[in-house]
Amino acid sequence: MKLYELTIHKLQEMLAGREISAVELTRSVLDRIEQTEPKVNAYLTLETDKALEQAEAADKKLTEKQAAPLCGIPFAIKDVMCTKGMRTTAGSKILESFVPPYDATVIEKLRAEGAVFVGKVSMDEFAMGSANENCAYGVPHNPWNFDHICGGSSGGSAASVAAGECIASLGSDTGGSIRQPGSHCGVVGLKPTYGRVSRFGLLAFASSLDQIGPLTKDVTDCAMMLNAICGYDPKDSTSVDRPVPDHRAALEEGLEGMTIGIPKEYFGAGLDPEVKKAVLNSITRLKEAGAETRDVSLPHTEYGVAAYYIIAPAEASSNLARYDGVRYGFRSQEGESLLEMYSKTRSQGFGDEVKRRIIIGTYALSSGYYDAYYKKASQARTLIVEDYKKVFAECDVLISPVAPSPAWRIGEKTHDPLSMYLMDALTIPANLAGIPAMSVPCGFSTDGLPIGVQMQASHFEEEKLLRVAGGLEKLLGIASAKPSMD
Amino acid sequence: MQISQEEVLQVAKLARLEVRGDELENMTEQLDRILSYVAKLNELNTDGVTPTTHAIAIDNAFREDTVKDSLSRQDALANAPEQNGEAFVVPKVI
Repeated sequence: MKLYELTIHKLQEMLAGREISAVELTRSVLDRIEQTEPKVNAYLTLETDKALEQAEAADKKLTEKQAAPLCGIPFAIKDVMCTKGMRTTAGSKILESFVPPYDATVIEKLRAEGAVFVGKVSMDEFAMGSANENCAYGVPHNPWNFDHICGGSSGGSAASVAAGECIASLGSDTGGSIRQPGSHCGVVGLKPTYGRVSRFGLLAFASSLDQIGPLTKDVTDCAMMLNAICGYDPKDSTSVDRPVPDHRAALEEGLEGMTIGIPKEYFGAGLDPEVKKAVLNSITRLKEAGAETRDVSLPHTEYGVAAYYIIAPAEASSNLARYDGVRYGFRSQEGESLLEMYSKTRSQGFGDEVKRRIIIGTYALSSGYYDAYYKKASQARTLIVEDYKKVFAECDVLISPVAPSPAWRIGEKTHDPLSMYLMDALTIPANLAGIPAMSVPCGFSTDGLPIGVQMQASHFEEEKLLRVAGGLEKLLGIASAKPSMD
Repeated sequence: MQISQEEVLQVAKLARLEVRGDELENMTEQLDRILSYVAKLNELNTDGVTPTTHAIAIDNAFREDTVKDSLSRQDALANAPEQNGEAFVVPKVI
C-alpha cells in the first residue's frame, strides 16, 4: 500500500509512532496528484510549498508528542471555504482572484490540529449543481470511469479522496452536495445536523440549508473529522451551543438495539434496479447482524424538490447580491454608470446556472408572488419536518438510496436543468429538515460505478448514523476498494 | 405559461443581471419548465400550516458588546478591483 491510499486513523498511528513523517506523507500525496491530476482535474489551486512547510511544522509537533489527531494529515478543501492567503473561487469567474483575509472556522480548527492543506478542489459554481459541470474552471472526472461525472456540487472533494489525491476532504451540502458525489465516487460523506458545524467563512448559497461536512475513505475517518470541526462558534449565530460527543468512540457501540426505518417513498419509480438491489442488500445484511427493521412512510417526500427549488434560489438571490464588483473579485470594464457596472460585472462573472437560480429566487420573492411561492414552499417544508418527527419516534436511522442512479456520463443532462434537479430528490429532504445524513459505499453497478446507501437520523444524532454506517462498512468490507485509474 | 419573456427581463433587471436577446428565449423556456414543476406544491393543502424558515429552533444569539480586533483597512481593501488606499472606488454616481 502506498501512503496516499491509507486512512487518517492508520496514518495517525504511523505518524505518532514516527514510522513515517508528515513530510513523506505529503510528498506521497503530491506525487500522486502529479501523476493522476491530468485525468481527474479535481484541483483548482495547489499550494505545494506551503503544504510541505505545514508538514514540517506537523512533524515538529509529532516529535514533541503534542499532536492532535489530524496532525500532519493532507487535506483538500472544497473551494467554497475561506482559506487565509489561499485563493478561494467558489468555482466562479466572479471570484477568480479572491484571496480571503481570514480563515473559515472549520479551517481554523483543522489548522489548530496541525493539518496540511494541499489545495482547493473543484465544485459547481457557488455549489449550484449535481454533476460538477457548472464550474468555471473545467469539469472533474470520476476516478472510477473518466467519462462519467463525479457528482456535485462537492465533486472535486469526492474525486480527490477516491483518487488518493488527498487523505480526506471537506465539502458542503445544501441539497445533497456531499452525499451525492460521495455516492458516485465511492467514498463516505456526511452532512451534519444544521448548526452542528460553524458556517463562518463558508461562502453562502442558501443559509438555512448549507452545512459543512467531511468526505473520507471510511467511517472512522468521518467520525474523526467530525470531532475536529463541530461545535458552537460565536461567529455563526445559527451554530448550536451543546456538548460535543466523541463520535469515534460511538463507533464502538455497534448496531446493538438499533431500529432501522425503510421509507417506501425512496424506492419508487425511476430508481435504477442496480441501486435498488445494492441498497436492499445493505438492509438485509444489517438485519442479519441484529438490527431491527421497520417499513415507514414519509408521504411529503415528493414535494421536496419543488420546495427546495424555491427556497434555495430565494436565499441565493439574496446571498449573491454581494458580488457586485466593488469590494472583491471580478469587475467588468464595460459600462459607464455604477448600475451598468453592477449588471455587466454580474452578467459576465456568473455562469448560466447561477443566473438561472438568481432569477428564480428574485421572481419567487418579488411583490405579488411571495405567498404563492416562498410561503407555500416554506409550508411544504413544515410538512416534511413533521413527517420526519413521526418516523423518528419509532426508528433510529432511515436507510435509502442516495441518488436514483449511478454517475451518469459527462454532458448527458447538461441541457436539461429540471431533469438534473430531480436527481436530488432523495437528498434534499434532509436539508429542508436540518437533520444529519450520510452516504456510505454499498456496492457497484455492473459497469463498475460505485453505489452509495443513504442514512438519515434525527437532529444531533450523528452518533447513531455513524454506528449504523460503521456496522455496515464492516459487514460489506468494500471500504478499501480503489479505482484502477487506467 | 408560468412566466413571460417580459417578466424574465424585468426580474433580471431587479437582480442586476443582463439577459441577452439570444439567451432570453432559452432562459424563459427553462424557467417556465421549472416553475411549472414547482406548481406541484399547489396540490398540497397548507391551510393553517406554519411556514418553516429555520430547521433548528434558536433564540436570539446575544453577546457582550466588547471591542475586539477586526480586519485592517488594508486587508479589507486588498481584494478590491479598484481602491485608493482609503476607500473602494466605483464609477461616478452623481
